[in-house]
Formats: sequence, C-alpha cells, structure tokens
Amino acid sequence: MSDSTRTAAANANANANAAAAPAADTTKTISTLGKGRTGAARILLGRDAIMIYAVVVFVLYACIAIPRFASPVTVGFLLLDVIPVLLIALPMTLVIITGEIDLSVASIAGLTSALMGVLWEAGLDIGTVLVLSLVAGVLAGAFNGFLIAVVGLPSLAVTIGTLALFRGLALVVIGDNAVANFPPELTGLFTSKLGATGIPTVMIGVVVVALFFGVLLHMTPFGRGLYALGFSKEAATFVGIKVNRAKFWLFVGTGSVSALAGIYWTLRYSSARSDNASGLELTVIAAVLLGGVSIFGGKGSIPGVIAGVLLIGTINYALRLGRISDVVLIIVTGTLLIASVVAPSIFAAFTRWQHDRRVRRSLPQAAPRE
Amino acid sequence: MTNTPTTQSPAPQGQTVARPESRKSALGSLIRLREVPVTVALIALVLITYAANPLFLGAQGVKDLLLNATIMIILAVGQTLVIVTRNIDLSVGSILGLVAFFTGTLFATVPGIPIIVVFVAGMALGAVLGAVNGLLVTVAKVPALVITLGTLYIYRGLNNAWAGGTQYFADDRPDEFGALSVDTVLGFPLITLIAILVVIAVAVYMVGTRPGRDLYAIGSDPAAAELFGIPVARRVFLAFLANGVLAGLAGVLYASRFNSVGATTGTGMELDVVAAAVVGGVAIFGGSGSVAGAAIGAVLLTTITSALTALRVDKFWQQAIVGVLILAAIVIDRLAGIRTARKLRESEARDV
Repeated sequence: MSDSTRTAAANANANANAAAAPAADTTKTISTLGKGRTGAARILLGRDAIMIYAVVVFVLYACIAIPRFASPVTVGFLLLDVIPVLLIALPMTLVIITGEIDLSVASIAGLTSALMGVLWEAGLDIGTVLVLSLVAGVLAGAFNGFLIAVVGLPSLAVTIGTLALFRGLALVVIGDNAVANFPPELTGLFTSKLGATGIPTVMIGVVVVALFFGVLLHMTPFGRGLYALGFSKEAATFVGIKVNRAKFWLFVGTGSVSALAGIYWTLRYSSARSDNASGLELTVIAAVLLGGVSIFGGKGSIPGVIAGVLLIGTINYALRLGRISDVVLIIVTGTLLIASVVAPSIFAAFTRWQHDRRVRRSLPQAAPRE
Repeated sequence: MTNTPTTQSPAPQGQTVARPESRKSALGSLIRLREVPVTVALIALVLITYAANPLFLGAQGVKDLLLNATIMIILAVGQTLVIVTRNIDLSVGSILGLVAFFTGTLFATVPGIPIIVVFVAGMALGAVLGAVNGLLVTVAKVPALVITLGTLYIYRGLNNAWAGGTQYFADDRPDEFGALSVDTVLGFPLITLIAILVVIAVAVYMVGTRPGRDLYAIGSDPAAAELFGIPVARRVFLAFLANGVLAGLAGVLYASRFNSVGATTGTGMELDVVAAAVVGGVAIFGGSGSVAGAAIGAVLLTTITSALTALRVDKFWQQAIVGVLILAAIVIDRLAGIRTARKLRESEARDV
C-alpha cells in the first residue's frame, strides 16, 4: 500500500521534473524501481512456498533425529489429531481474507456434537442424525451470517456472543451427560486407515473439502472477489461484488464445516459431550495466521494455511514423541505465531528503507531546482 | 470492520455540533448514555430475582455477588483501556494465571513476606507481561489480536512450565491475605473496595485527563490522531502496560479469593472479559465506551449465574443467556449508532 503510494509520489515528482526540465531522468527513475517477483520466482519464493519448505524441512529433520517418527503410525495419529483444525481452518481462511473473523466455530462443533448425542439417544436412524446435525451447523452459520451481513454488526463482537450462545445451547441440549454408544461400524470407519499407509480413511473427505475451498478461493470469480473485498469493501462494492451476500455464505460455510468437524470429533472419540472441541477457535485462528493469512484481510491462500496447520501439528507430535512436555508445545505455537507476523513486518520495513534509499539516490537532479 | 466513523463517534463529538434541542433536557441526554441499557438490565435482573427469592439480596447474598464480580470488574476495566484504542488484549487470562501462581509461590517460598510487597510484585510482573504486548503491538505494528493471541499461548506455556503439577492452596498463604476477601467494610468485601477504587481512578483518568481523552481519539481514527499530534504509539503502549498491571492485580486478588492456584488458573477468561466490556457498551472497534459501563457489564455477567441459581432455572441455560445478552448489547449499540448518525446529519443539514 505505502510502497505503491510512494512509487506514485516518485513518479509524480519525476513528471513534475520532466515538465520543468528535459525528460531524460524520468526513465531512469522508473527503471531503478523494484519490479516485484514474477513467474516461477513468485511461486517458489512466496509466503506459501516458505511455509511448505518449513513443513518439509521439519518432517525430514524429525525423521532423522527423532526415533520412531518415520512410521505409518505417526502419519495416522498425526492426521487424526490435526483433522478438526484442518477442516475448520479452510473456511476460516476465506472469512479472514475478507477481513472478518468467526470465533464461534468451536462452539458450533460442540453444539453439533451434543445434538448428535441427544438425537441418537432418542432412537433416530444414524443417517437422519448426521443430516440433522449438519443442518444445525448450517443454521448456526446462517445466524452468524444474518447478524453480520444483513444487520451489519461487527463479526468479532457477534461471534464472541454466539461463541457463548452456541456453547450454551450445547449445554442446554445435553447437560453434563455424555453419549458414547454410537454404532461401532461408524466409529470404526472414523479411526480406520487406508491400507498400510497409515492415512486415515476420513482424509478422503477432508481432501474433498480442501479442494472445494481451494478451488473456490483461487479459481472462481467469487474467490477472487473475496480478496478485493478484504482490501477494500467500498471498492469491491463498486466493481460489482455482492459484498453482503458473499459474507453471508462464508459464515454459512464456517458453520457447516464446523458441524462436520463436530461430527468427526464425536465419532472419532466416540463421545458426544457439550464441551467437545472447546477452545479450538483460537487454535484454528493461530494456524490460519501462521499459514500467511493477513488478519486485515486481502492476503492468504489455502496451500499456505494447510502447510501452517500441518507445521503446528507435526511440531506438536514430534515434541510429544521426543518426550518433551505439552508445556513447550503451546510456547512453540505462540512463538511461531508472533514470529510469523513480526518477521514480515520487519522485512517490509527493511525493503521500504532500501527502496527509499534507492529513490533518493536516483533523484539527485530534482534537488537543484530550489 | 469499517463501520462509518459517524456511528462510532463518542457522545462528546455530538455535543460540539450545534444541537439546540439536546440542551433542553438533561434527562434526555442521560437516557442516551451508553451505560443505560446494561444498568437497566442489571437492576431488572436483581429486582426480578429478589422478588422471587428474597434471600438473594441478604447480607451473604450481596457479599457473594460482589466477590464473584470483583476480579472480572478489574479485568474489564483494563480491557476497556485497550479496546477504546481499537486494540484488544486476549492474553489477560494467561497473565492472571501467571501472576496468581507467582503470588502463591511468593507466599510459600518467602515466609513472612509483607502482603503489600506481594501486591507490588504481582502488579510489576503484570506490567512486564503487558509491556511485552504493548511493545510488540506498537513497535512491530502488528495487529493486537494476533500478538496477544500469541502471548496468550506463550504466557500460559510459561505458567505450565513453571507450575508443572504444583498447586498452592490457601493454607500456604497468611490468614490476613485470605481475609481480604472475607472481611467487609459497610458490607463491601475489601477486595471489592479495591476494585471500586480501580474503576474510579481509571474512569477519572479517561474522562478528565488529556492522555485519557487521547485514547478515545486514537480509537476513533488512529491516522487522524497521529496527524493531530497525539503520540499514538506511546499511548497505546501505556494502555497495554496499564492493562497488564490491572491483570496482575486481578491475579493477586484471585489468589486471595480462591483456594488453589496452579497451571491452568484463569484459562479461557479472555473472551468473558471482552464480552463483559462489550455488554457494558464498549464499542469493539474503539472510540467509545466507559470503564463504568464495562464494570457494570462484568457485574451483570457474573450475577446471572447466581440469579439463575436463585430462580431455580436450570444452570445449563446460563451460558446461552450470556450469549443472548452479548448479542443484545451489540444490537442496541448499533441502533443507538444509527440514531446518532441521523441526528448528526439532520443538525448538519440545518447548519448549512
């Protein structure tokens, strides 16, 4: 933002110069301006790529340095643990890119889980239970979306409210009971692995959801519009993006996927409780931000976020295998999060300083005018 | 995120615009205060509960209400300082936990340490933790939501690492320290009096001093505040520092009020604190709200639990009702904002 304004200022300066003096120096100024990366360099040196390198390097390191890490068991448990965060992080990426936030996701997952328990205990067919639970998530998301997009309230405040509301409804629905007698075939499916690879069967579903949101964000006009929306709501409105409709559907999206995560959580641990997945919202947001999404909106990508989620998951798992206590885990999560946002900011300050110096050096002819 | 500035502008701005009819009735402007809805809600809640169950306002009942609210009041006041500048501090629960454990450790390892020293030490630790937040936010220019989410984890991790499985119980602390949350003056527990002093001090600072008014200016429009010559970074840093000190104070009082302090003390408190401030009429994107409102919001949220118990409502409804309250507070705030904006437009149209 400030870079481009500076560039514009420099150009205007040079143009004013050109009006007063021969135009020779204009070209020079522009030619020495940084171009930004293009082509392959842009993909290979971008923020996403760095996250992916970090995951790969860490996995390689863990395979060599930590005994018992390189095995199918690792793959299985690591992915099983990471799936709820990974699922919710996908729609959350889209929400944060538009400059909004959804803090109620973990509560929606808890509400879904509680509802599943009660409906199943009431003797409904498991298929109906799953469908109704998913519908509950959609409705919860639509409620958020209505308050934010239609009524026009700030999403941070609304979802703090619905964080309490949905968790409260979960308590109302199931109290402090727990329902555990889900059909064994189904719970078995949720912990089963694909052959000898150790990859959990449910990963197929997760990949489908990831592809859906990846394609939606990166390859459709709707997705490109979300970036525009995150940069400037007014500008997005003027170019014809239906801002409120987009926001509404995004919150329906986080609600539905949170319901999926709630269903997964219930069947994986074979337990429906009102406090399932509590506190998960901050883990999800930390992972999304670590994955390179800007909290101000307008920046971020699905591959980066997936890498961010996997990085946190792998580090946690490796530390646990290396018998380092859970204590260090959260310190590492917090430090990574802060480092991931402070480092680019320092880097940006450095490039700005470099750019200023270059501009100052390339405009010596402008000075003698006074 | 980008509400129009007019809807968020604090009341004083409305008064500077010539608006003759508003001067007519002091009552009218009183009704329009941001604190009114939450105060009405609190009074209604207390009266209804009292009508159903007179024991609710017995001497012991009132004392319990005040004790339960004390810590949340102090945290909400600190949070208001930060939110008014259009920032947020999610790490307060972790700061409280760390300081509470520090307090327990001090009493257990240094026998006979004066209580006042413990208070100062606890608040100093809180100040350091708050200063880290403030520095990261102002120097690195990274949004507070991200920074304090990070320090929420880091401080909690430090607390875990330090405490491990250790817990300190009330027996490890001198009786006079525990007595702070038992003894009363005029029916008010001592720690509640401390909280009320904090509310008054911060309220005076925010209403009556130039740096305090600056916080509102920063929250309304950071760029304009900068142009106006307000040292934005320094003020925001001080807001985080003060919030750290208050969270530290709350941590020390927590150790006095509750029996055990350990690795998980204060977990999950951050969103309750923000909720209390929002219910109390503090706009989540800065620029308006008062510490008195936030304090009343804190009392309301903590009173609901006891009121529902007294009314024999199923305890499971409590959290859902808190959620509804928060949403109601935001909607009311929004409606008031729309009305203010319309009034401003009308009066400007007349002036032209």
